[in-house]
Amino acid sequence: MKRFFRRFIEKFIEGIFFLSSSVTTLTVLLIVVFLFREGMGVFNKTPIEEGFAIALNKNNSVKEISSLDMKNIFDQNITNWKTLGGNNDSIILFRIDDISNYFTDEQLGDSLQYVPKCISSLVDSLTGIIAFIPEKYIDKHFAGRKLPMDKISVGKFLSGKEWFPTAQPASQLGVLPLILGTLWVSLMAILIALPLGLATAIYMAEIASEKVRRILKPLIELLAGIPSVVYGFFGLIVIVPLIQKVFDLPVGETGLAGSIVLGIMALPTIITISEDAIRTTPRAMKEASLALGANKWQTIARVIIPYSMSGITAAAILGIGRAIGETMAVLMVTGNAAVIPHTILEPVRTIPATIAAELGEAPQGGLHYEALFALGCILFILTMATNLLVEYISKKRKYNKQ
Amino acid sequence: MAEGEKISSNKMLKQAIAFNLFRILSFSVVAILIIILSFITIKGFRAISWEFLTAMPEDGMTKGGIYPAIIGTFYLIAGSMLFAFPIGVLSAIYINEYAKDGFFKRFVKLMTNNLAGIPSIVFGLFGMSLFVNTLGFGDSILAGSLTLGLLTLPVVIRTTEEALKAVDHSFRLGSYALGATKLQTIRRVVLPMSLPNIITGLILSIGRVSGETAPILFTVAAYFLPKLPTSIFDQVMALPYHLYVISTSGTNIEESRPIAYGTALVLIAIVLIVNLLANGLRRYFGNKVKMN
Repeated sequence: MKRFFRRFIEKFIEGIFFLSSSVTTLTVLLIVVFLFREGMGVFNKTPIEEGFAIALNKNNSVKEISSLDMKNIFDQNITNWKTLGGNNDSIILFRIDDISNYFTDEQLGDSLQYVPKCISSLVDSLTGIIAFIPEKYIDKHFAGRKLPMDKISVGKFLSGKEWFPTAQPASQLGVLPLILGTLWVSLMAILIALPLGLATAIYMAEIASEKVRRILKPLIELLAGIPSVVYGFFGLIVIVPLIQKVFDLPVGETGLAGSIVLGIMALPTIITISEDAIRTTPRAMKEASLALGANKWQTIARVIIPYSMSGITAAAILGIGRAIGETMAVLMVTGNAAVIPHTILEPVRTIPATIAAELGEAPQGGLHYEALFALGCILFILTMATNLLVEYISKKRKYNKQ
Repeated sequence: MAEGEKISSNKMLKQAIAFNLFRILSFSVVAILIIILSFITIKGFRAISWEFLTAMPEDGMTKGGIYPAIIGTFYLIAGSMLFAFPIGVLSAIYINEYAKDGFFKRFVKLMTNNLAGIPSIVFGLFGMSLFVNTLGFGDSILAGSLTLGLLTLPVVIRTTEEALKAVDHSFRLGSYALGATKLQTIRRVVLPMSLPNIITGLILSIGRVSGETAPILFTVAAYFLPKLPTSIFDQVMALPYHLYVISTSGTNIEESRPIAYGTALVLIAIVLIVNLLANGLRRYFGNKVKMN
């Protein structure tokens, strides 16, 4: 009986261990579910604010307006319907707040009961009007034409070049500048970090004495331990003004500043992983090279580096993955302009920085909120892809060695 | 002969150039670290005083101290560790002691690696969606701690796994030979032997948690809250978020600069202490735990 009880306890506790070990898997799955559930919402909506509609005069020949044209119309960059393929008629903007310019309080009624009728007659009388009005004011007697708006598609979301999520009346949700900004800054960061990190890894693994290595190793770990806000703060106070001065720019918050800070932050990852890779070079290979008369440097350049190339590649990819996901430091130093960068000396904006900067102001469940979650999905996919790539490379490496 | 000597000296010259270049590049990495640390230490040291550490912020955060941020970060560390430490250690025990080599073990390890690779801002989104909105915790210590706990779980699991692996298999066999069960062996032999290394892992993950900003942006952090929390459903200020806010979007960025330096120094100090402690422990017990 006692023995049976003890076995039961053992099994029970093993069950608890098992459950704990499934927490990480569960978390990854939950992250996928929650991220995509919120993020995919953006693709079922039109870019117009919920509950609002765009209406035109019924004689207007324009059939549809893209959300970019919509923004241009309301920014008064497009002022004639001819530009959009319609009649030669100047565009009259009408927002619901403008109604008091056309009608008196009396005409609108004590409890605003005549508003639908007033809007209807206004849209009917002005041929060039474009009205941005709450949907509830459009009843079945409405004399104008409600403009159908396309739903946001995945293709448009990914290829759109404008990111103005709060633009009225139609949000501009094009993430191309953000994706390019992220990749641009991350790749530059690795270009900065790779030579420095690789040299350090080779130095630590092959050249430095054990004593020097013992000093260097904890320092590199310390570099990895510094929080990203502190890097961002340092970048903001030191690197940004420096770049501004050196390149004589109006602002120092540029892609370059982000790349430098990210490059410093990627150093520990690159150093640690490539050092590990270099250390796995079999002693026999090194000794064979030395026995053939090669000196130490020739052995490093011709034997050790080629042998550990896949590990070094893994280090670089992992470094890029880390850089892509880094938020705070980038947010603080890149200037956050959502435009496609042409040079490294312009402000850029990355995906994580956009989420961090805008989520606080986006109302929960709204289009903007969902668009930011969709950005989170993109980020998740990008980093997952780099992780799996690294996993694949290191697996192949192990396989080759056997 | 002369030809051979020429090749040989050429070879040595190249080696000398390469080695010196690598040495210079390596030391420039160290130099970067020293520049960052000394810059923040020198500038921050002027701001640090007993009052700075124990007073409430005042005047739109241009005066006063950072006491609530320190306390807030402390609560977040405690909360996330209460969650991540037990689950992480139990999980590592299962992976290392119970699970047989095969699909399940590989899968769990892959998922742990994947979780470690997810950017912290995605954890922030997830924490906001699950803990703050769906479960209705609101912006609270609870939501923030759970988010940070999930973020640091892979670190705890990995360091614990390394610690368990470092215990030689013969100790387990000896214990079984004496008639102990698997659980008894784990409790009385494996865990006591690996405890120092597990604690080292715990300390390192505290370092990580204390500096994370992105996950707490939308789950707990308060911009300005000059009082201490009274329950786990309260918002708190936290050191990393405080540094971010006063260095970028405060009303008086110039006037609050000294406070920003001071806050950065406190954050750096935490990281330094954590690293020294972990290295000290490692050296003391003579075992190696891999970082990260």
